[in-house]
Amino acid sequence: MIYAILRRFGQMLFVMFGISVIVFLIFFATPGADPAARIAGRNATAEVLEAVRHNFGFDRPLYVQYVKMMEKIFVTGDLTSFVNRGWKVVPAVMDSIPVTLSLVFGAAILWVVVSIIIGIVAAATRDSWLDKLLMALGLLGISMPVYWLGEVMNLITQSRYHDSWAFSWVPPLGYKNFSDDPKGWFLTLVIPWITLAILYIGIYGRVLRAAIIESLQEDFIRTARAKGLSETRILLRHALRTSLIAFVTLFGLDFGALVGGSALLTEVVFGLHGIGKLTYDALQNLDLPMIMATVMYASVFVVIANAVVDFVYILLDPRLRTS
Amino acid sequence: MILSVRDLKVSFRTNDGLVRAIDGVSFDLEESEILGVVGESGSGKTVSLLAVMGLITDPNASIEGSIRYKGRELVGLPARELRRLRGNEIAMIFQDPMTALTPVYTIGWQIAEQIRAHQNISKAKAMVRVEELLAEVNFPNPHEAMSRYPHQLSGGMRQRAVIAMALSCNPALLVADEPTTALDVTVQAGILDLVRKLRATHKSAVVFITHDMGVVSELADRVMVMYAGRVVERGSRMELFSDPRHPYTRALLGSIPPLTGEKPRRLPAIPGSPPSLLRLPQGCAFGPRCPVHYEPCVTDRPELGIGTHAAACFRVAQA
Repeated sequence: MIYAILRRFGQMLFVMFGISVIVFLIFFATPGADPAARIAGRNATAEVLEAVRHNFGFDRPLYVQYVKMMEKIFVTGDLTSFVNRGWKVVPAVMDSIPVTLSLVFGAAILWVVVSIIIGIVAAATRDSWLDKLLMALGLLGISMPVYWLGEVMNLITQSRYHDSWAFSWVPPLGYKNFSDDPKGWFLTLVIPWITLAILYIGIYGRVLRAAIIESLQEDFIRTARAKGLSETRILLRHALRTSLIAFVTLFGLDFGALVGGSALLTEVVFGLHGIGKLTYDALQNLDLPMIMATVMYASVFVVIANAVVDFVYILLDPRLRTS
Repeated sequence: MILSVRDLKVSFRTNDGLVRAIDGVSFDLEESEILGVVGESGSGKTVSLLAVMGLITDPNASIEGSIRYKGRELVGLPARELRRLRGNEIAMIFQDPMTALTPVYTIGWQIAEQIRAHQNISKAKAMVRVEELLAEVNFPNPHEAMSRYPHQLSGGMRQRAVIAMALSCNPALLVADEPTTALDVTVQAGILDLVRKLRATHKSAVVFITHDMGVVSELADRVMVMYAGRVVERGSRMELFSDPRHPYTRALLGSIPPLTGEKPRRLPAIPGSPPSLLRLPQGCAFGPRCPVHYEPCVTDRPELGIGTHAAACFRVAQA
């Protein structure tokens, strides 16, 4: 067991090393991607370029540059931005992490709970009007772009109906620290959580419904019926339990990606300065150190999410436990 | 009388029209009697017993006729009432032990689940009972087997676990749907011994569905041969094997390799294949494949006569 965990940990490190090398090479060694030219500006003279190159260390061999950058990210933590010189990149990422984590964790809880309920209800009432209604709503949720939905939510809760009893509790946009103001933290995040979760509720509800219906065709469901179990028990204990694999796979992928910065649109719409926003701004300015730092951070979460998914698989399905 | 089925008809609505999978099946079952139900795939053996169990969940199915269990009518019984009987008084063993158990729970958990669905006992007591049951079906190490998952057991062991589960509430009626088909021959023999032994200890009546005449000859008290959704011959084991009347029964028996005498170069096979239930011939369903068919077989359908040994064939009535 310990050996398996260690091996898994080694694999994670290897994957992250691979990601860091590839990203580094894309930005520093792709032909035409000369960081010095970008920093120096459009009409820089050859002397200026040379000075910049020396100043930023671009004249040293690639592997030295790579090792220096990794050292600055992971060991000394004093990597500075190329765009705003002196702006430390690692603390900026660290400051953004709680924002993104708060947003994504809350939305994830919401979408997992609601989509499991929807999936079960739809599968149990298969082909009825309720099933059709739920699936139509799910499709609607999938079809609404999150930036549009977010703006509509803002329009309703911040502007048009803000003064009505229903939405007067909604605080202005922005993030409040949990440690400073737990209630404010929660209230500011409610609308973003719902907005982000709606898309995933639609997808997950439909996926789970399909998986449950497939499970219900299995022989062991007939055995469960022959045992004289109630339909509810058959559905929850036998069909749902064996349907969760697809659900967990999907969740691992989506959760990792969202924590890694894919929640950008939601973050921007609701004025939350999270990882997505940070990455987006860095890409706009081609701020290479910031891009490296955010990519490394994202890869950590994607890799961790995958490891957690593998672990949950083992919990869910004893067939995957090799003795 | 444990079970009395009268004129059972099961039909399915399909895109191509109404399919009558079971057409007028009747049979009786006495206490601790073993009834062998024989027939090819698609002859309706499984469907008729699923109907008895109330396990036909297809919304396009319709069931007519009468199924009386200990005098109580099962057709049209509310799902709740039926559920109380299922697994408790009427238990079923399925064909493929590989897929019949939920893969994510231990054997012990699954058997205890059934016990606790019907009896108001604690988890610990249920587990004690599980261990007894597993010992009864000859698990070498019942205590350890309880915590095993289905995939950790061999096919024969899984089938034993399924049987232990079926017996957990001392059912008066046990329906076994080809329980040995998916197993090796040596394992088969063990399972058959087990069924025989359990009939003696639990006094359960058994309906044993199979397409293996050899199994029937070893196990059954009485035999019912089915073809295209109808019973074509019934009788005691002795009657059926010593004096098979219906040409189909004779053909089935003829395709068993003889143990003595000269080895035939090829075993005789029944020509043709079973008819589609959508396009049954007007007369005898077996007619087109029958070696002795004549004019009446084409237009009229022979009925199963009365009496303990009867065959649905004009040739028999004639003789």
